[in-house]
Amino acid sequence: MDEKEVDRIKVNEDRRWRLVNRTMRLHGHQPDALIETLHAVQESFGFLDIDSLKYVAESLRLPLSLVYGVATFYHFFTLKPPGEHTCVVCLGTACYIAGSSNILKTVEEQTGIKPGETTPDRKLSLLTARCMGSCGLAPVVVFDGEVHGKMSSASVLENVGRLLNHDD
Amino acid sequence: MTIEELQDIGKIEKEKQEGFKYRIHVCVAAGCLSSQSGLVKEALEKEVARRGLESWALVKGVGCLGLCTAGPMVAIEPDGLLYQGVSVSDASDILEALGGPPVNRLDCSAHLPFFARQRKIVLENCGHIDPESIEDYVAEGGYEGLYNALRTMTPAGVIEQITKSGLRGRGGAGFPTGLKWTAVSKTKSNVKFVICNADEGDPGAFMDRSVLESDPHRVLEGMAIAGLAVGANYGFVYVRAEYPLAVKRIRTAIARAERLGVLGRNIFNTTFSFDVTVRLGAGAFVCGEETALIASIEGRRGSPRPRPPFPSELGLWGYPTLINNVETFANVPPIIRKGGAWFASIGTEKSKGTKVFALAGRVNNTGLIEAPMGTTLREIVFDIGGGVTGDRKFKAILTGGPSGGCIPAQFLDMSMDYESLAQVGAIMGSGGLIVMDDSSCMVDVAKFFIEFCMSESCGKCVPCRVGTVQIYNLLKRITEGGGKPSDIELLEELCDLVKNTSLCGLGQTAPNPVLSTMRYFMDEYKAHIEDKVCPAGTCHMNPTE
Ligand SMILES: Cc1cc2nc3c(=O)[nH]c(=O)nc-3n(C[C@H](O)[C@H](O)[C@H](O)COP(=O)(O)O)c2cc1C
Ligand code: SF4
Ligand code: FES
Repeated sequence: MDEKEVDRIKVNEDRRWRLVNRTMRLHGHQPDALIETLHAVQESFGFLDIDSLKYVAESLRLPLSLVYGVATFYHFFTLKPPGEHTCVVCLGTACYIAGSSNILKTVEEQTGIKPGETTPDRKLSLLTARCMGSCGLAPVVVFDGEVHGKMSSASVLENVGRLLNHDD
Repeated sequence: MTIEELQDIGKIEKEKQEGFKYRIHVCVAAGCLSSQSGLVKEALEKEVARRGLESWALVKGVGCLGLCTAGPMVAIEPDGLLYQGVSVSDASDILEALGGPPVNRLDCSAHLPFFARQRKIVLENCGHIDPESIEDYVAEGGYEGLYNALRTMTPAGVIEQITKSGLRGRGGAGFPTGLKWTAVSKTKSNVKFVICNADEGDPGAFMDRSVLESDPHRVLEGMAIAGLAVGANYGFVYVRAEYPLAVKRIRTAIARAERLGVLGRNIFNTTFSFDVTVRLGAGAFVCGEETALIASIEGRRGSPRPRPPFPSELGLWGYPTLINNVETFANVPPIIRKGGAWFASIGTEKSKGTKVFALAGRVNNTGLIEAPMGTTLREIVFDIGGGVTGDRKFKAILTGGPSGGCIPAQFLDMSMDYESLAQVGAIMGSGGLIVMDDSSCMVDVAKFFIEFCMSESCGKCVPCRVGTVQIYNLLKRITEGGGKPSDIELLEELCDLVKNTSLCGLGQTAPNPVLSTMRYFMDEYKAHIEDKVCPAGTCHMNPTE
């Protein structure tokens, strides 16, 4: 058994790869499965690392450069591992008009990180988004995937504080 | 399946629901869900069970009831009562009040004009049916349009009705839908595709999301009718990954429709087959542009290509492809059911039917609304929208998002239709409306949108890639107090260049918000540049020179 083969078996043993493999199989391993497959990888692992990009490229018989190009083109994909918790501040128009840039500034000051970064203790990642589709509740902040509407700087601070000090 | 069998399914469902004396509708669309309407629904169910009223009161999850700002929303049928801001602890009082006087503290009647002034075609089922139940959709006449199209009409007859209806694309440009369908139907190819554009890129708009979450079958039915009309057997719904609930509901709807035999092989026992697949976007605004969208479905980077050839000739994998917006498809089943002439009787001379808007910003009743084309801005903002929040002064309304423009107060009595909007330098766009009061700085808003276009530019062509950055830098300088009098002319020149030489719609429309704010709020630009003050008090001015 050559090294590649061993790798492949290891990969197959990992439960989380099953979703990824199933997605590719569902699309007959055609090139147009790429974006769907990257979604599956991100759903399973939280981000796209270079090994998973290589694996996807090989499985779909696509050049790694193309896979990398697609992964970096789309904002939804992240190549960095996220922290334990995430805080996404919406900077869509409705939220912007409602003052979300001030909310973002507050969080930046509180955590000492900029959008796209994670706190050194890996507790919290700060992200921004362009509209969550809940503009009726602007300004909107998403904590760990849960949409919170009508936020103020104070309520955001409280939520972020809770996530930062939460240990388990 | 025959039409009688279809209607029986609807009838049985209706009888089942009408067997309950009271039906409690809880909004389970994304807006209300984020204010815990899921828990409210559970609490109501528990309360019904606790009181042993299971055969008397039905608790049903429904799509968007419209008034998102006042969620969670609950409606009591058949009384037509609406409750707002409902929490788990209200469940007991709501049940107690059934049949008696309503719970006053949850009363929603102050918002009455919000509901009374609307006219619903696309949203007719939103807030009434359970989006996860195909039977509920059938009970409202769902899939009858598809049946009629298949069994009693020819493809040419279907297109004729769409043309007659005067329906125009709701994705932004307002291209006549009948013409587009005709173009695809005339191409000679054994393989054709229908794509539903649910990318909804305008940041601050949620019409398509709400339709998919509240009434997904309507969109599928519209797509299948389109497939029949143009000769396509495959459909794709390209939907933003940021809308997980919409993705889930449309997937559920596809599975149920296939099981019922209204999608898939041999629909209604005819030779017509139509399969629909969901494809996820991945957060790129440019992928709303049709050629970029096609590249994205093919698994590539979303880079637009020059048109012609249009997708109607050379689309997905090189085959003729029909692309329409979610709301465009959602209008199709009622047009086929009631006829093109019926639809054409609503709206203005050149803009037919209704338009769904996502009303947000500094307005009291934010939410999802639908009004006939030709409704005035004043009616939308002050009657339906309930006016500006906190009694501040209305300043402008933004339409069309980053490709659109702002409309100042002097045009409040303008009719909302494609032509009138274009005349004042704005566009209909997809339907996002953002109200601004005197606390918003128009230069800052222009900067906000150009920053958006700058970061969303795919980088394929120079005017857009470089020009948006230059416009942004100029506006940044102006809002920071370093603007020079010559900047105005420079801005105008740059905008003109980017508008006229960019390859795709993103670049071509990116300067619009800048141009329209300069057109109506030049005094604000001048105040920033000459007096180094921001009249709205938004910008932090610290002049360096
Ligand atoms: C940059 C850009 C973004 C667009 N985004 C969307 C979108 O989010 N949704 C949409 O339906 N159309 C969008 N469009 C318009 C589409 O290219 C296309 O015209 C539309 O989907 C056609 O459908 P319709 O005729 O039903 O409007 C966008 C166009 C451009 C240039
Ligand atoms: S106009 Fe902008 S988004 Fe469109 S192709 Fe050119 S660079 Fe890309
Ligand atoms: S703009 Fe923030 S949710 Fe739409």
